Amino acid sequence: MARLAPHELFGVALQGLGTRRLRAMLSALGIAIGIGAMVAVVGVSASSQANLLSTIDRLGTNLLTVTPGTTFFGANEVLPNTAIPMIHHMANINQVAAVYTVPNANVFRTPFVPSTQTGGIGVAATDPGLVKAMNSSVASGQFFNTASANEPTVVLGAAAAAGLQIEKVTGHIQLFVGGTWFTVIGVLNSMTLDTTLDNDVFIGLPAAERLFQVQPSPSEIYVRANVNDVKSVSTLLAATADPQNASGVNVSQPSNVLEARAAAKGQFTTLLLGLGAVALLVGAIGIANIMVISVLERRGEIGLRRALGATRRHISTQFLAESALLAALGGVAGLLFGAVATWVYSVAQNEPWVVPVYALIAAPAAGLVIGAVAGLYPAAKAARLSPTEALRAT
Amino acid sequence: MTASEAGDVALELREVGKEYPGGVHALRRVSVDILRGDQVAVVGPSGSGKTTMLTILGTLERPTTGEVRVAGRDVVKASDSSLAGLRAFEIGFVFQGFHLQDSMSALDNVANGMLYTGAPLRERREAAKDALERVGLGQRITHRPQQLSGGEKQRVAIARAIAKHPTIILADEPTGNLDSKSGQAVLELLHELADEGATLALITHDEHVAETFSRRLQMRDGEIVGDDRQ
Repeated sequence: MARLAPHELFGVALQGLGTRRLRAMLSALGIAIGIGAMVAVVGVSASSQANLLSTIDRLGTNLLTVTPGTTFFGANEVLPNTAIPMIHHMANINQVAAVYTVPNANVFRTPFVPSTQTGGIGVAATDPGLVKAMNSSVASGQFFNTASANEPTVVLGAAAAAGLQIEKVTGHIQLFVGGTWFTVIGVLNSMTLDTTLDNDVFIGLPAAERLFQVQPSPSEIYVRANVNDVKSVSTLLAATADPQNASGVNVSQPSNVLEARAAAKGQFTTLLLGLGAVALLVGAIGIANIMVISVLERRGEIGLRRALGATRRHISTQFLAESALLAALGGVAGLLFGAVATWVYSVAQNEPWVVPVYALIAAPAAGLVIGAVAGLYPAAKAARLSPTEALRAT
Repeated sequence: MTASEAGDVALELREVGKEYPGGVHALRRVSVDILRGDQVAVVGPSGSGKTTMLTILGTLERPTTGEVRVAGRDVVKASDSSLAGLRAFEIGFVFQGFHLQDSMSALDNVANGMLYTGAPLRERREAAKDALERVGLGQRITHRPQQLSGGEKQRVAIARAIAKHPTIILADEPTGNLDSKSGQAVLELLHELADEGATLALITHDEHVAETFSRRLQMRDGEIVGDDRQ
């Protein structure tokens, strides 16, 4: 019986590719580009996902937001004045901070700016615990303390500061807030857990009550629960904030929004993966094409192998193995391309470099399968070749 | 046929015809017995069916009609893999165009001749080294084909054919691409090797080559028209 052991087959296939190196490399390039594109897409999205998740980890998932809901008929509910003291009495919470809307107040650099050009910047009153509760930080200057909260001082959210073109607290900067001059004492970094706050400028609650007659009913209450008690605190919050009308209170977990956004980033890649698949298809056709040419050129070799005792199956397996090996090498090269592209992206974006573990196996395996499929027809053609005819062609 | 007869006949054709698509009759009702150890030259003009007969004897093709037995095996009924086994172990081919792989050393070209026997590489290389020494190329084993002369290339090809110690050697114009001196040497080598016991069938259109054989089959238009023995 004529035999060919698998490791001999591998050697034969490798040798077949080795004698036509440039051609092998060029035809593997198609697969490499396709798989490289796919790995890069998966890697880039995994990297930015990892970045978002690490942000969430850093900011904590134990922040809960309490906001007034709407009534059955669509009117806005109002949180009772007692909400904050009640929440303070709850067990298993660390920090509580509240934000109060200051109605009809706008911010301008000078009183001469037309009153309609608000730049989308809102004014909110808050207490000194906000920055800590949001796990944010002060970019420049300082946040309120109990003393400055009483004075006409203002702290700017990150987006509001950019809009007002005050990046840094230097000297004595004043803003015209709701008809009164306020001194800027600080600029905040972004509050990633609730970026709507970035568009606001903040004034102390005592000052707001004194100057603008703010209702002492908060528009948002931020509660940091103990990490292990988020669920129980979350269930009790509504009833604690408004025992009379618990259904009129919304309780949400801002980190959920970020997690949903991370998941959405994963979804977006499907389209790009489809484009990668098109590149792979083109690469596969290229390999099939080159293998057909190879079969025609190597008729002499095929005839010789048949004379040396190769069965038709040996011949077809050899060409199939060459094609699969070629594409698998393309897959490995693609994996490297994709990993490098992801690395470049992650360095540029200052994100962690993540290439999913499954890609390490999937990329060469995909190449192998594509190559095997692309090689089917050329392999069958090689096996069908009459050895006599093959030997006549030198 | 008795068992003893089957043992003596290495190659047997009975009423063999071969027709190619398009109605070309390459062989018509050819019958011949070649005994074990025989050295036979097949002579005739081109297109007379010599090569077709050799490929049928070498089990590379099956006849359209008739019976073929090679080393006692019925070629018409045997499976593809069983014929491949026959070629891997029993038959050594030598071609006019040497069919050596340029990317491999002489040693590996010869070792490849035993690839489909299932022998491990070390064993194949040892056999290849012996065979190369046998054909007088012991000093050339690491050379690539392009570093060898035509006569040397054909010796490598002969070493490839005999490394597995086949019982049948089939040669198709082995001296056709060589000058007369190296052709003569190659021919002598083939006779020497066959003298050790193998059956040798050689195709040639060269009368001088044919004269060195004790038996000569004359072919014309797909038929054997002469069978001379000395």
